[in-house]
Amino acid sequence: MSLSDFLRRAVSPWMRNGGPEDDIILTSRVRVARNLEDVPFPVLQTDSHANHVIQAVQNALATPAVQALGRFELLRCSDMSAIDRQVLVEKHLISRDLAEQVRHGAVALRDDEVVSIMVNEEDHLRIQCLLPGLRLKEAWDLANQVDDALERTLPYAFHERYGYLTACPTNVGTGIRASVMMHLPGLVLSGQMGRILSAVQQVGLTVRGMYGEGSDAAGNLFQVSNQVTLGESEEEIIQNLSNVVAQLIEHERNARRLLLQQNREGLEDRVCRSFGILAYARRMDSKETLQRLSDVRLGIDLGIIKGVSANILQELMVMTQPAFLQKYYQQDLSPAERDVRRAALIRERLRLDESGVR
Amino acid sequence: MLCQRCHERPANVQFTQIINGDKKVYHLCEQCAREAQGDLFGQAAQAFNFDFHQWLGHLMNMESSPGFAVPAASAQRCGNCGMTYQQFTQLGRFGCPKCYDNFAPRLEPLLRRIQSATSHTGKVPLHAGSQVKVRKNLERLRKELQQAVAMEQYERAAQLRDQIRELEQQMDRG
Ligand SMILES: [Zn+2]
Ligand SMILES: [Zn+2]
Repeated sequence: MSLSDFLRRAVSPWMRNGGPEDDIILTSRVRVARNLEDVPFPVLQTDSHANHVIQAVQNALATPAVQALGRFELLRCSDMSAIDRQVLVEKHLISRDLAEQVRHGAVALRDDEVVSIMVNEEDHLRIQCLLPGLRLKEAWDLANQVDDALERTLPYAFHERYGYLTACPTNVGTGIRASVMMHLPGLVLSGQMGRILSAVQQVGLTVRGMYGEGSDAAGNLFQVSNQVTLGESEEEIIQNLSNVVAQLIEHERNARRLLLQQNREGLEDRVCRSFGILAYARRMDSKETLQRLSDVRLGIDLGIIKGVSANILQELMVMTQPAFLQKYYQQDLSPAERDVRRAALIRERLRLDESGVR
Repeated sequence: MLCQRCHERPANVQFTQIINGDKKVYHLCEQCAREAQGDLFGQAAQAFNFDFHQWLGHLMNMESSPGFAVPAASAQRCGNCGMTYQQFTQLGRFGCPKCYDNFAPRLEPLLRRIQSATSHTGKVPLHAGSQVKVRKNLERLRKELQQAVAMEQYERAAQLRDQIRELEQQMDRG
């Protein structure tokens, strides 16, 4: 299969650009935790409980209410190979925890991969909507619709005082975890990330590196999400997060502008050097890949690099992960072999754009 | 045992740090643990590997220290799923939906710490009894009314009062 064919089949909508502020916000995600009443949470689940939950979800998916929202396919973790489960993790469609629930886990995927429903992860259901760009409200509206449709058949555990009951009391109430994945190279390069991160935490949000922790999160990719799930409505939670994200976007834009003003040559050198390495290197480890991709993406956003697709960052950050590489090359690869294949895949992908560096 | 970071307060949180594959366990006080967790994101970030569920369990344990009123035996085990209180503090997760009622006295103070309130004001399932929905709506409207008054939006406040009155009458009719 050619790389372009593989990409057409393997790339989820969120990996293409699109949506407001997509130069800084790669994705918006809303996850909603739900549980069935009278069934133990997955932590105490027996095989028959797990099967009962999966069957109930299967039945719900077959109802007109759910089918009106798209075509879903339910996959049991036990029916997938370890590589296929890992590919779903790398595409952010399921969590690492679900991939490890080989015996009891399952996932219902909508054919466009915008909606995924994890079954028997920490909670019976985790409804996830993942969209490119800053579209939190839209992601919540969609999750809300899927939730309403499922609820026609599934008896949810709901408590008058505590709201939707979840295995962990950190998710109880709304059960909602809304997050955005942000590319913040300007704030990191200008040394402001530490200060910004602690400020964001003080307003009740959580920030973590997508790949690695702290301010040297590889690829300058950060996930910002709500911390509290009880005592605020879903709309308030989405609004709070959106407000803070809007401020972060402004800080990032300012930082990028300042970097250009103060050290254009240094910045151009950095992004073009990274482009050169991606275009010619013969061995790339995943951490360096993310760092170079982040530089190149910054170069594209600032107009320094032209003729390269802007979504190269999110596309290659997924495609160069271990399971994806092995899926593409259709063989088991040792870490050293992966570094060689990763470099080859990146070169091939860049050739697809017939790149031109200014 | 004293906290290994501040050497002042008693250590009641176990903190695990992994550097280059070497695992180190620290005993910290709650405050230092929280700060250490905050540091995770700070510039001088240490590679702390923080076990959240374990931490939660410790918080739950602290709430039940002597002097705190917890109904005895009844709250030690969930009658529905059999999870013991001890297990919950280890797992940081409940066993079933009924655990929330069965461990309620210990849950409330925990929720006050980790959440912004102890009662839900968001979405209510469509199937929930109409009374529940009306009550939840009332709570939400009353909260909005307070905000409207605080922000001196009197027209909005008047609208909200009308809505609240209507719902209250609905409740009375049952
Ligand atoms: Zn201390
Ligand atoms: Zn229970």
